[in-house]
Amino acid sequence: MEESGKRMDRLALITKVWPWLFLAALLVFFEVWAQIVARRSFVFNLYNVQSIMLAASAPLLLAIGQTFVIITAGIDLSVGFVMGLSAVCVAQFALLGGQSAGSLVLASVGTLLVCLIPGYVNGVLIARMGVPAFIGTLGMYGVARGAGFLAAGSGMTVSVNHPGLAWLGTGWVPIGVTGVLLLIMHFVLSKTRFGQYTYAIGGNLQSAARAGINVKRHLTVVYMLAALFAAIGGIVYTARFAAGAANAGESMLLDSIAAVVIGGASLFGGTGNVIGTLIGSLIIAVIQFGLIFIDINAFWQFIAVGVVIILSVLIDQYKERLGREG
Amino acid sequence: MAVTPLLEVRNVSIHFGGVQALKNVSLSIVPGEVVALAGDNGAGKSTLIKIISGVYKATAGELFFDGQPLVSRDPQDARSKGVETIYQDLALADNLDVGGNIFLGREPMRRWLGLSVIDREHMHKVAREVLDRLDIVIPERKLTGPVQMLSGGQRQAIAIGRAIYWNARLLIMDEPTAALGVPEQRKVMSLIQTLKAQGVAILLVSHNLHDIFAVADRIVVLRRGEAVGERRVADTHGEEIVGLMVGSEYASAVP
Repeated sequence: MEESGKRMDRLALITKVWPWLFLAALLVFFEVWAQIVARRSFVFNLYNVQSIMLAASAPLLLAIGQTFVIITAGIDLSVGFVMGLSAVCVAQFALLGGQSAGSLVLASVGTLLVCLIPGYVNGVLIARMGVPAFIGTLGMYGVARGAGFLAAGSGMTVSVNHPGLAWLGTGWVPIGVTGVLLLIMHFVLSKTRFGQYTYAIGGNLQSAARAGINVKRHLTVVYMLAALFAAIGGIVYTARFAAGAANAGESMLLDSIAAVVIGGASLFGGTGNVIGTLIGSLIIAVIQFGLIFIDINAFWQFIAVGVVIILSVLIDQYKERLGREG
Repeated sequence: MAVTPLLEVRNVSIHFGGVQALKNVSLSIVPGEVVALAGDNGAGKSTLIKIISGVYKATAGELFFDGQPLVSRDPQDARSKGVETIYQDLALADNLDVGGNIFLGREPMRRWLGLSVIDREHMHKVAREVLDRLDIVIPERKLTGPVQMLSGGQRQAIAIGRAIYWNARLLIMDEPTAALGVPEQRKVMSLIQTLKAQGVAILLVSHNLHDIFAVADRIVVLRRGEAVGERRVADTHGEEIVGLMVGSEYASAVP
């Protein structure tokens, strides 16, 4: 009994830490390849590290909000276009406001407020009116998409030259901003009542309600949080590219969900954490950047990421079974 | 019998539209007593416990708890007064650990770098104490894992432990053994004995006459919304109770 218990513990540990192992394996693989083929380093190259982290930042911001949503057994399909709406809004507001730092602060706050509206509506639809999360946020996907393109005016993108935005978008600054937000949300999820209730609602909504948790309000806040992080992602995007595009987040929606799932969350709710999501985002970014680095046709990255998603779900199911038997 | 009843239900009736679900039902429980509520489906057992636990309001009649009138706005309110109900689904969050479930909605906080954080150490310690008090053995490594990994009896014990930790003085248990295997049923029955010895009053709703006779002191039988009989377990037997449950016209057919 004791022996098999220990074996179970070891297996459970491996299924828990596999994203870390997988990320390490990817880095080793690309490092070895780069050393043999090109005689240069992949990992010990500050430019590469920075590029990977930059590429991971915007999807990671979406994924942080998405982590909370998925833990409550929901999903937010609208975050990609809310990010686009935000990217356009902050560009337009900054153009209106002029070059001062104060105008950028106002533009950012205005953008965040605008983007909280779709999040609030999502929350009300799902928490109070009983609309399934998939459908409610799919509707908001369309609304935010249209609103973003309308706000952009004639073109799809709005170019903006602003010293504050340029500072925010260059080098380690966007990475630092993402890192700080990541730590804050990790703290919120793992150490506060808000985090505990997020898990409780995902585990059993009825039980959470009977324990006196205000489930409706909590879910509304969670969807607003997802929209808020999408908005921050949009601001960072506009800062990086000196232009806001209405379709900025289109390709990042699925990456954000993938990052959360690879990081150990179950789409049925109740599990997942912010650090896992970070690892998931890094895995996706390393695959994307690494394949380009070793000069393999870029379309392979879709296949590779797809395989990793399926793999992570299989491991999650195995973990579930292990839990029941152990 | 000079003990003041912990709970007294006096002539309670309730209507839903034109349907009278309960008619002049009375019963009482003293501390440390186990009263079983027996009756066929639709006899009004669930309705009665929902009135006591604050879900429904009686159309007529009164409730007294510890000698004071018991008027509960909602189940939370009833719980804060010491009336706890454990439904069949146990109301556990399956993905949280034992401590997380005991403190669900009322987590203890501590200071950490000037911030207010959940005190998991305290939760863990209390989980251990609560389980010890109920003589439930759960290995350390499972204590911090999700409760879905535990057996039905252990989960039942956590739901009971939570109620006791928050000072439940009256515990209403709705079919506590319905979903359990035989050894687990025994465990829950012995849990009820333990609570009884600790002075908790228990109102047990059950179909299972075997369980009822194993732990109850008295049996109140409901039929079609009326209390049709009350017997001390020592003075009755299964056939009489079944007879009361199904009614005299059928009871005479029982040999």
